[in-house]
Parts: sequence; C-alpha cells; structure tokens
Amino acid sequence: MRNSIVRLGNITVVGLKSIARNKMRSLLTALGIVIGVACVIVSVAIGAGVAQSVSEMINSLGSNFIMVMPGTSTQSGARMFTGNSTLTEEDAEAIKREAPAVGYVSPNTRTAAQVIAGELNWSTSIQGVGVEWPNIRSWNIDEGSFFTEGDVRSGAKVAVLGKTVADNLFPSGGAVGSIVRIKNVPFKVVGVLEKKGGSMMGSDQDDLIIAPYTTVMKRLSGQSKIGMIIVSAASAEQVQDAMDQMDALLRQRHRIPPGGDADFMMRSQEEMAQANAQQVGLMRNLLLGIAIVSLAVGGIGIMNIMLVSVTERTREIGIRMAIGARGRHVLLQFLFEAVTLSVLGGLLGVLFGVGVAKLIERVIKWPIVISPQAIIVAFVVAATIGIFFGFYPARKASKLDPIDALRYE
Amino acid sequence: MAKPNFNGPKAVIEIRDLVKIYHLGEVDVRALDGVDLTVNEGEFVAIMGPSGSGKSTLMNIIGCLDRPTSGTYVLDAKDVSRMSRDQRAIIRNAKIGFVFQSFNLLARTSALENVELPLLYADFDGSTRDRKQAARDALHRVGLEGREANHPSQLSGGQQQRVAIARALVTSPAIVLADEPTGNLDSRTSLEIMGIFQDLNDSGKTIVLITHEPDIARHAKRIVHVRDGKIQQDERIMQDRIARKGIEAPIAPVAR
Ligand SMILES: Nc1ncnc2c1ncn2[C@@H]1O[C@H](COP(=O)(O)OP(=O)(O)OP(=O)(O)O)[C@@H](O)[C@H]1O
Ligand SMILES: [Mg+2]
Repeated sequence: MRNSIVRLGNITVVGLKSIARNKMRSLLTALGIVIGVACVIVSVAIGAGVAQSVSEMINSLGSNFIMVMPGTSTQSGARMFTGNSTLTEEDAEAIKREAPAVGYVSPNTRTAAQVIAGELNWSTSIQGVGVEWPNIRSWNIDEGSFFTEGDVRSGAKVAVLGKTVADNLFPSGGAVGSIVRIKNVPFKVVGVLEKKGGSMMGSDQDDLIIAPYTTVMKRLSGQSKIGMIIVSAASAEQVQDAMDQMDALLRQRHRIPPGGDADFMMRSQEEMAQANAQQVGLMRNLLLGIAIVSLAVGGIGIMNIMLVSVTERTREIGIRMAIGARGRHVLLQFLFEAVTLSVLGGLLGVLFGVGVAKLIERVIKWPIVISPQAIIVAFVVAATIGIFFGFYPARKASKLDPIDALRYE
Repeated sequence: MAKPNFNGPKAVIEIRDLVKIYHLGEVDVRALDGVDLTVNEGEFVAIMGPSGSGKSTLMNIIGCLDRPTSGTYVLDAKDVSRMSRDQRAIIRNAKIGFVFQSFNLLARTSALENVELPLLYADFDGSTRDRKQAARDALHRVGLEGREANHPSQLSGGQQQRVAIARALVTSPAIVLADEPTGNLDSRTSLEIMGIFQDLNDSGKTIVLITHEPDIARHAKRIVHVRDGKIQQDERIMQDRIARKGIEAPIAPVAR
C-alpha cells in the first residue's frame, strides 16, 4: 500500500517535470481550457449578477405590486400593444372604488424630457402618477412632501425629484421650493425622494421626476388616456383576488365578454420575477452552451497536443519501458500530464475569467456576482476534461512496443 | 529447469532452442533459428556476428523486451519466455540493466535524475534521499562524481555512456546487457568504457555485450559468434586483456 502510494507520487513527479520542461508549449496547450474556463466564470458571474439585480429591482417595485397595461396578450404570452392606450383615469378610480382586494391605485403615465434649473439641465424620465404612488412603490420622501390630492385634481405644476435628479440640478442642495422647467413649463419642486440605490444594467432607479398624472398628460405629453395603472394588493394573499377583481371590472367597463380578448393585461410582481428568471435562465443556458463548446475545443486541443507529445517522446517512452516502466506507469504519466495541463489551464482560466468579470463590472457597469461554486465547478470540469481527452493519447503511449519505441528516430 | 550444478557456477541465462520469426508480409524471417546459450554468473560475454545475423534480436529477448516465437529462456532461475508485458517490465526493472549504442538518456534531465529513473519504477522502499544516494553511488562507480547536475548535452559521449551504465547498475541487476555500447565512441573512449565493464565484471557483475569490433570483443572473457540466427562458435579468451592498459599505451600516455 505504502509502496503504491510512493510509486504514484513518483509518477506524479515524472509528469510534472515534463510540463516544467516545456513551459511555453504547455501554456499554449492549456489555452483552450483557459478560455473555456474563463467563459464559464464570466458567464456564470454575469448570469448571477443579472439575476440578483433583476430580483432586487423587482423587489424594489414595492410589495404586492401589480401592473395593468394596455394591449392584449397573445397565446404565447407575449405582449402586443395595438396603438393607443385604452385605460382611463376613470378605470383607475373604479378599481379603487370597487375592487376590495386592491390596496392602493395610481395611474402611471410617463414621458421623457430635459429639465432645466437655473444654468443646469438634466435629461430624465417624467412619471405622472397619483397620490398613492409612494405607498405602492414603498418609496419615502426625503425632503419636503409628496403632492396632494388637490394638486392632482387641479393639475398643479408641482414635482417631486428623484435623488439623482436633485443632486444634478441642485448640487448644493435647496431643491425643495425651487422652480424647474420641464419642456419650458415651470414646476415647483415640493419634495425629493429618498435614494433607492441599486441599478439594473446601468440604469439608475433614482433618475426620475414624479408629477401629478393630470399635469403630465395636459402639459407635457398631451395624451388623454393614461399609460398604465399600477396597483398594490391589500395583502400578499390577495394578489390573485385583486387581479381577478380588476379583470372582471375592466372587462365590464370596456364591454368585453368573458373569454374575449381583453384590451388590457396584468402582471403581478411575482409573474414579472418569473418571466425574468426565465429570461436569465435562457441567457445562462446560452452562455453555458458557449462554455461547453469552448471547453470541448480546449479538450480536443489537449488531446491533440498530447498525441503530438506522445509521438515526439516515443523514444523517451521506449527508454522508460526498457528500464522497467509498466503500461500503467506510462498511462498515468501522460494522464497526469494532461490533467495537470488542464487544471493549470483551469487555474489561469479562473484568474483570467475573474479579471474579465471585474473589468466588465468596471467598464460596462454590469452587475457581477462571482461565486465560489462556479470556481470549484470550473476546476472539476477542467480536471475531468484532462482525464477524458488525455486518456486516449495516454493509452496509446502505454501500448507502444518498447523495441519499436526505442528504435524511433 | 536450471541445471543442478553441484558447487558449479550458477546459470544466470539459460536459453534452449530459441526461435524468433518475424513475419514480413508473405515472407517469414527466421532472425533466430534454434539458439542454445548458457551464461553463468560472473561471466563477461561478447556476442559478435555480421550485420543482420540476429544479435540484436537475441539481445532483445535476453533483455525481456521481446518474446521468442518458440524455445525457452530461463533468467535467474525464472522462465521468462512466456511472461506478459507487465511481468517482463518488472523483470527488466529488477534484473536487467541496459546500455545502448546511442546512450538513450532522457534529454534535459540531469545525470542524477537519469540514473534515478529505474528506481522510480521499482518497488523501491527507500526515501527520496535514499534514492538520490543510490544514484549518486552508481555515478561514483563509473567515475562521474561532480557531474550529477549535468544534462546529457553538457556531457561528452563517453560521459553520457557512463551515465547510462550507472543507470543500468542502480537497481543491482542480475545482468548488464549492452548492444554496441562503443559503436558511437572513438577508440580511446571505447577502451575507457570497456575498462568500466571490466571493473564491473571483476566485482562480480554478469555482462553480455554485442559488438562488431574484434578489438572490443577481446576485452570480454568469452566470445559467442552468431551467424544467420545460429550460434556458430563459442570461444573462451584465455589471455586477459586489460582495457586500461590499452589507454596507457605508449602513443598517448594519459595522466590519471
Ligand atoms: N521488427 C522486425 N521485423 C522484421 N524483421 C526484423 C525485425 N527486426 C529484425 N528483423 C530482421 O531479423 C534479422 C536479424 O536482425 P537483428 O537486428 O537481430 O540483426 P543484428 O545482428 O543486430 O544486425 P546489426 O549488426 O546490423 O545490428 C535481420 O534480417 C532483420 O532484417
Ligand atoms: Mg543490431
């Protein structure tokens, strides 16, 4: 037992020496694995990062959030938007009045505009909403206050700034009480939202302005229908009830028979999360596919070089056999060499992959999560590839006839 | 099967009716055609014969690199003629030391590591340090102390062949086999190598070597002539010829 361990150790040393002697070639051989493993690391890091930031983003919508959008859903579940919105503020009011499972309701209409304050300007998204918006989004006011029901009814030119907008237009503070001009319409800033933080694929959640939807529709977008209605269910248990009640109510109001194609559709927070999880899963599978292909290419590269190496070292194999190496010694030597190459490649690949992932995070601002599991998996995969693709050349070496091998020039 | 030889010398190699046939397409080449040969412990045998006579074929079978087509071969009281690949590898490692014409050292590997190599494949119980010491001792025996770290490319041909001899000795084999060990060396260096073989033989090692050159063969104690796969003549050299004396000949005196 002890002897066989010692012998295994000796063979190991033999393999390591061969690699150390051909450093440059070893590196080039491992390149395929380096790239394949780097692919795995980067793709898993991006996949995990996106999944995490998407779920953060969805959670930040508020609790029990439901979105009602104009348009119909096709059978495949994709959303089709056919021209103008059919949702009205009366629909929103009716939901508030008649759907008991609904807690808060707000119309939500949006437009984009450049905002000017004194010398400074900033391009951002303008959201026209109702007074219950902060409750739906669980979003607090940092300074000042939110606008009132009266502001909404009268279409008052008041605005609440997202933190990013406030910081950019009023770098030295004092936003509340100031005037900002949106499309040349002066709005009085009544409040600043607290910072939500967290960004999704580089987009900043705090980069927005909130104003009464009446004002936005009349003064800024000129639309008569509201873009969508956002709602929060009274409790987590009542999300489905709220959706059912709204569906019945809106069908009745829009005179759509049960079973007919509705001109609106709903998405709960959970459904959005699922859809996103599905998308992320799809992306992950795609990246995984790329990784598998590159690892297979890397493995074939190892097999190729090991075959070349076996041929080149035929004489060495003959010498080793002449002085007593058995088939399995030679097999183990070459197998160990292939595995060492692929694991070293895996190590470089992990380093390279983590580096690239960090670079992506810094430069493209994509979210990145590097998990230890991904690194372990990458190593195991690299070693397995070494064994799998190294076996054939190693076996070929071990089957050489010592006399022929010694005679090889 | 070993001859019960009361008080007589112990047979290390016992070959009976050895035949080796190579099949080359339609043609059968009888490389060995019924060879009988016994080599006792402590002998120094030179095998001579024209090119293609079957010397290397015989040597490959004696060295357990190859198996005979028929006939028996008993090495050190063990019938090795029907052994499997792995069994023969174990025998080669434990009982045989090879010396080749082209040295056959591993390139880019130090002399010490080359000599250590057979021990890596052996049931060697010692530690790494013991292994290195054994390799160092073997190098010392062939007069290469101080060259342990040199790679083959940093050694002369004669020195490389000495490393190869040290490698053949390190496992304390029953026989040392050398196929034209001086074929790539000049005559002076050849004599040096023969001197080493003579020293080894004096200390009891059994040696079988192949050579073309009668001058080299004369340093052995027995010459076996092979022709067309058969042993044609088997002569004992009565008069000892010391290889070192040849080097110290009047033409080129060398300070030792
Ligand atoms: N692998 C082989 N396949 C077929 N024929 C072979 C093989 N090896 C040797 N022979 C033949 O067997 C015969 C003996 O060859 P061998 O190599 O033993 O000769 P040798 O006495 O060592 O010659 P040399 O002095 O040139 O080395 C030759 O005719 C050779 O062609
Ligand atoms: Mg020959």
